[in-house]
Amino acid sequence: MKYKVNEKGYYGDFGGAYIPEMLYPNVEELRQNYLKIIDDADFQKEFHQLMKDYVGRPSPLYLANRLSARYGANIFLKREDLNHTGAHKINNTIGQILLAEKLGKKRIIAETGAGQHGVATATVCALRNLECVIYMGEVDIERQAPNVARMKMLGAKVVPASSGSKTLKDATNEAMRDWINNPVDTHYIIGSVVGPHPYPDMVAIFQSIISEETKKQLIEQTGNDQPDYVLACVGGGSNAMGMFYHFMDDENVKLIAVEAAGKGVSSGFSAATTYLGKEGVLHGSRSILMQTDDGQVVEPHSVSAGLDYPGIGPQHAHLFKTGRGKYVSITDEESLDAGLLLTQLEGIIPAIESAHALAYLEKMEFKGGENVVVCLSGRGDKDLDTYIKYFKL
Amino acid sequence: MNRIKQLFEEKKNILSIYYTAGFPNIGDTIQIAEALEKSGADMLEIGFPYSDPVADGPVIQASSKKSLDQGMNLKLLFEQLKDLRKNVTIPVLLMGYVNPVLQFGVENFCKACAEVGVDGCIVPDLPMVEYEEFYKGCFEEHNLSNVFLITPQTADERIHKIDGLTNGFIYLLSSSATTGKNLEVGDTTENYFSRIKNMNLKNPTMIGFGISDKQTFDKACSYANGAIIGTAFVKAIENGDIEENVSEFMKKFKG
Repeated sequence: MKYKVNEKGYYGDFGGAYIPEMLYPNVEELRQNYLKIIDDADFQKEFHQLMKDYVGRPSPLYLANRLSARYGANIFLKREDLNHTGAHKINNTIGQILLAEKLGKKRIIAETGAGQHGVATATVCALRNLECVIYMGEVDIERQAPNVARMKMLGAKVVPASSGSKTLKDATNEAMRDWINNPVDTHYIIGSVVGPHPYPDMVAIFQSIISEETKKQLIEQTGNDQPDYVLACVGGGSNAMGMFYHFMDDENVKLIAVEAAGKGVSSGFSAATTYLGKEGVLHGSRSILMQTDDGQVVEPHSVSAGLDYPGIGPQHAHLFKTGRGKYVSITDEESLDAGLLLTQLEGIIPAIESAHALAYLEKMEFKGGENVVVCLSGRGDKDLDTYIKYFKL
Repeated sequence: MNRIKQLFEEKKNILSIYYTAGFPNIGDTIQIAEALEKSGADMLEIGFPYSDPVADGPVIQASSKKSLDQGMNLKLLFEQLKDLRKNVTIPVLLMGYVNPVLQFGVENFCKACAEVGVDGCIVPDLPMVEYEEFYKGCFEEHNLSNVFLITPQTADERIHKIDGLTNGFIYLLSSSATTGKNLEVGDTTENYFSRIKNMNLKNPTMIGFGISDKQTFDKACSYANGAIIGTAFVKAIENGDIEENVSEFMKKFKG
């Protein structure tokens, strides 16, 4: 458990709760209660029941034969794209909505980038009959129109974030401001392993179901719960943390986190945080973030809205700094090509986020026969416009 | 003696004004300070801008963005403040978010503050535990007061802890809100202000967030040592002549 959070809310040098006093009571309430609530038997029972009957878990671990043949390794896809609402995000929103109910909250707010977390939040709010407000960057509202429509159908109010770069980081700022102004009855469902402690830990715990299942499925399918490699894409890093979680202490399992290089790491249009970033504080935790020498946060770029974030979760920063995880990056074009490749070899259209992880397979060298798990974090329906434009379909 | 301490010993109904450095024009920082002192402000809070100011409402966000777009950064701000103490004698605090301070270096930041004659800081997203462990020594070495915020939701025990950790004043938020919301003094707010007043804290208190006119200012002064005005002032100096705007604005409170 050497990579888990300590009692002060830190992962090595990263984490903490850098929040204005207005948020302290809310965050402190969560900190004091989250483990108690999550560990409660009734909570676990309800969570797992919903995971099974509502989300459709366990998600399959699929041995992709034609992809495996191409790379000369056994490529397993963890099919989070098959979850209800089409991505891993629902694992966390189910967990947090149950927790919010236990805390007596009546109103739910969330930020969203690609819209997947917004949809997953609006979905659980409809399910549990709670008021729902989603903050989404103006730019993202434009490029993810189908998800905006979904959220509205589900009864959520979608509020455009028009400050800064008008993307995920600004939607997060707006959600935090909402929480400051509604300190008593509102719970903020953060969608990634970012934010002040205990959010990174809480979200990682809910997403850890991904690696928990993967281990069992690997034993069934290969007889060994330890693959050679585990790959996942990283924006804030929630699917990656869920995918890495139960492998972190298996030091012989290589963890590979794939960031978005955008138009290239040196192009000025990138979201490759570990490559371009420095240590600093954003959205309530100390981590690695893209910033100027003066500490102003730099606008990121990625073709995929879900990776368009200038930081990474503090636990990722720790895995990166200690060398436990290898952090690499993939360009917009490489990811789109990998998305098309998976579609044509396996009949699966991946989210462009997940396609970043797939694209890295092209750059790896295999001796032959290695077991490789890739987290297919979401499906590509929401990205059809981008695929159509790029491939002139 | 620290100028903040002296002010609270000598005066009541203290009026403190917040403004964003480098706004409306990049070179206005010192001129505004001097104009405010001339028009009777008792204390100044100069904001250094940050790209992601989560505790701020639209007006201060916009001023921060404009200031950044015009090239403001901490290095430039300290250059601008080099001559601060030529004409400004009232206490001056810097207010901003922690990340620019981290990148500037805590030690360098404290040193630069002391060199230009800054008396204290307000860093809303710097947690108490971090301050105690990593910042306090440096702040005290350079005779800087660190001001903490409290809200109606802050527990008594925590208020006492803050009172023990700071030596300037305590910043009472009238409600849990981002900057620029109007002060509505209902029963709950009055109860909260009275509760704090009766705690007999060692530090003086200043009420902030939502003070915009003489009436709200006087109300705040009946519960605390004074009040802080931010958003209303930033709005008032957005366009037109600085000297005129400042003196017009201050007349409302000091007339």
